[in-house]
Amino acid sequence: MKIEAKLVWHNEFKDVYDAVILPGGFSFGDHLRSGIIAAHSPAMEGVRKMAKEGKPVLGICNGFQILIESELLPGSLLRNSSLKFVCKWMDLQVDNVDTAFTCAFERGEKVRMPIAHNEGRFFAEDQLLNNLKVDDRVVMHYPNENPTGTSKGIASISNDEGNVVGMMSHPERASDDLLGGTDGLRVFGSMLEWMR
Amino acid sequence: MITSTINCSLTPDEIQIIRQRLGREPNELEWALIDAEWSEHCSYKSSKAIISQLPSSGDHVLVGPGYDSGVIDIGDGLILTAHIESHNHPSAVDPYGGAATGIGGVVRDILCMGTRPIALLDSLKFGDITKSDHSKWLLKNVVRGIADYGNCIGVPTVAGEIEFDECYERNCLVDVVCVGLGRKDELLLAQATKPGDSIFLIGGSTGRDGIQGATFASRVLAADSDRERSAVQIPDPFTKKMIIEATLEANRAGVMRGCKDLGGGGLATGLSEIADKGETGVDVHLEMIPLREPDMNAIEIMISESQERMLLVAKTGSERELEAIMAKYGVSSSRIGKVTSTRMLTILRAGKSIAQLPTDFLANAPIIQRIAREPKVNPPPGKVMRHENLRQIVISLLSSPTIASKEWVYRQFDHEVGIRTVVKPGQGDAAVLRLPNQKFVAIKSDANSRICDLDPYIGAASVLAECCRNITAVGAKAIALLDHCQFGNPNDEEVFWSFSMAVKGIADLARALHLPCVGGKVSFYNEDEEKHQAIKSSPVITVIGTVEKPDHVTTLNFKHNQETIIAIGKTKPEVHGSEYYCHLGLYGGTPPTLDFQLEGQTQNAVLECIRNGYATACHDCANGGLAVTLAEMAIAGRIGATVDLTRSPMESLGDDELLFSESNSRFILTTRRRDDVLRTFQSFNIPAAAIGVVGGESLNITLQHDKFEFDLSKLHTAYTRSLEMILEPWRK
Repeated sequence: MKIEAKLVWHNEFKDVYDAVILPGGFSFGDHLRSGIIAAHSPAMEGVRKMAKEGKPVLGICNGFQILIESELLPGSLLRNSSLKFVCKWMDLQVDNVDTAFTCAFERGEKVRMPIAHNEGRFFAEDQLLNNLKVDDRVVMHYPNENPTGTSKGIASISNDEGNVVGMMSHPERASDDLLGGTDGLRVFGSMLEWMR
Repeated sequence: MITSTINCSLTPDEIQIIRQRLGREPNELEWALIDAEWSEHCSYKSSKAIISQLPSSGDHVLVGPGYDSGVIDIGDGLILTAHIESHNHPSAVDPYGGAATGIGGVVRDILCMGTRPIALLDSLKFGDITKSDHSKWLLKNVVRGIADYGNCIGVPTVAGEIEFDECYERNCLVDVVCVGLGRKDELLLAQATKPGDSIFLIGGSTGRDGIQGATFASRVLAADSDRERSAVQIPDPFTKKMIIEATLEANRAGVMRGCKDLGGGGLATGLSEIADKGETGVDVHLEMIPLREPDMNAIEIMISESQERMLLVAKTGSERELEAIMAKYGVSSSRIGKVTSTRMLTILRAGKSIAQLPTDFLANAPIIQRIAREPKVNPPPGKVMRHENLRQIVISLLSSPTIASKEWVYRQFDHEVGIRTVVKPGQGDAAVLRLPNQKFVAIKSDANSRICDLDPYIGAASVLAECCRNITAVGAKAIALLDHCQFGNPNDEEVFWSFSMAVKGIADLARALHLPCVGGKVSFYNEDEEKHQAIKSSPVITVIGTVEKPDHVTTLNFKHNQETIIAIGKTKPEVHGSEYYCHLGLYGGTPPTLDFQLEGQTQNAVLECIRNGYATACHDCANGGLAVTLAEMAIAGRIGATVDLTRSPMESLGDDELLFSESNSRFILTTRRRDDVLRTFQSFNIPAAAIGVVGGESLNITLQHDKFEFDLSKLHTAYTRSLEMILEPWRK
């Protein structure tokens, strides 16, 4: 898969990209709360604009936390119920294939990708949970083991338009058979397909 | 006069040497500088003469011991760096902060060679967690400290080992290894070679935390050590992450001449070492050093071990560029001094010199010749009742904390960040990471204090042998080792004898295996002051190997039905110091023998099988013997096996010894090419035999007088749930 990609420093973001991925990591050391400081970084203005224009925006792990803190996605991500960091390959089920990052999957398909986080317990009030379900905005959930105590096993959600997706799983770590699998590669394949 | 404000640990002899060599009475600041720099922790004054016998050169060695980390040339213009650090004393007082800052320190050792840290390993020792809540507390917080720090800086913790023994109840050991990857043409050394260059202090400010950490580490822990929390530094992984990226970018930009981590002994040590190694001098201006607390005196500033600080030597004329790179990452940088040709460390305040000492004098403490005395021979252990329930012991050993799965620990470590980790924790005998040149690096740390306690020479050599077997089992050729010798008080002649013998054991086997030692560390004073009880001899060995091709990467789990199981190496009646005897409460005796030549040949033969594509799984046979080794392979593969252990190569022995003996130089391998494998071992003259086949839902073991069937799910539960049940009994 050939995608021209660029690492962009947070205060050098320009308005020239077709899609943006907020990767995992500990932005600003997770001080205060995961993703909250990065949500106020200069780059997020550009990301917000791209989201509004319907361009693909993906938040992975800390990137998901940033999208939530930026209110580009609803709900909140709380500390794992085990109160411990968890790094593990998980079974996932793809529930919504009408998004920029899952359109190359089949609905209901089972895939495997790893997670690695401390704060990935998606939490939402009943009303929001219900809305997410009715609007088909749950992108993936854990069908078997729920490693973090997340509501309804939710692992990934999208906005209404499906161009903004946040996921706790790491597709980039599941993009090479040597490293354990290639299901994640199709997340990026979906992005290409969506943009075509 | 030696001041009372500073707790000096210099000996009367050293004080006399100092006065003689300087020809004058040092002032208070100068005494403090010498005290920090000549501490055991910084100077290795007790151990230098002993550790110099370790072989340190070889085809792949670019930089051996003596720098912040060893440097290995892996071809294609790439280098690996490796270093081991311990944070034993700090972790005993503040397990979370102590363990975290231990990682911070070893990461800087890798970074200051101009290489990117790509992997961490941890080797931990605690008291008996089945009995001690204190040890549980230490374990939980050490693990959390490593996780919070390593995960945040984006360096995967890929492997390690944990041992539990009552001797560590009041002296836990926390070792961390870091491996770095870089380009040969970007290698940096901790040297200030050119007078006129500027010296920058980057990263965190200098505070009172970690004051006299080096001297704290060079003493025995006392009952009131809890009050020494101020000697433990405060971790700040986010600042560290910025320092890593900023330093690597500055290195790529070519603005740096040298780089030095500030660890034990703080600025005093860092500055005198870069000047001594570069054969130059340094002028440092105290008022240029950013302070966390404004009222710090000169001594506190110079010996503070505040974390997240590095010294960078900027090439003349590159200062602005360096400052700009640091500013981009929000890393504060201060130009604190200059490289001179005086070969003196000169400390200035308001332009006036307030201390001046020769750098070679400071950086090279006089070596102490210590006395070694062989202790009395170990009494043999008691007799085993031959009617033990061996079946039940297999289950008990699998769930004993030292053997049981460490999943509870490694799930908390991000072991995949950086997307290099090919063999992950629990999957193989060593971690395997991919490299940019289509090759792979294999890394593992090992220890076994019980056998080192019985015989430090054979024990330490056996630890190295086991570590090499682990590297071999994943399909790698060992290319370098790191050693870390952890002992009690070196003033105790028996302790010093054990230390000397352990180093000799490592050195002799390393020479036989043509394996260079590229770095290491010595940590003394691991002793309980109240009970005057030293820890068991605890050398920790790390071995680094390379895998040539992706097909060679081998994991330990049983894979497919009908594959043949091959036992390699002879099982002898060697159970002294084993997990089995420990379980029965039997201590003492003589450890398993080790034939250096046979060990090397066995590894070569296994590697040949793997490289020829014969092996579908491979596992070193060590703690818990054949029983535990086979069970681990079945548990990992979620597939059973049927084996007849009487067919394995062995001397005359009892069924318990056949199951649990910890003889050296043994592996279990599975294959679809039985005859090819057996022929290979025959050609190497290594005993090997087919003992059974993979398949089914249970592990069936035939012995001379007995036959066991283990339900796979029972084995799985015993092995994987044990640590969690001890540490978090409230979960189910």
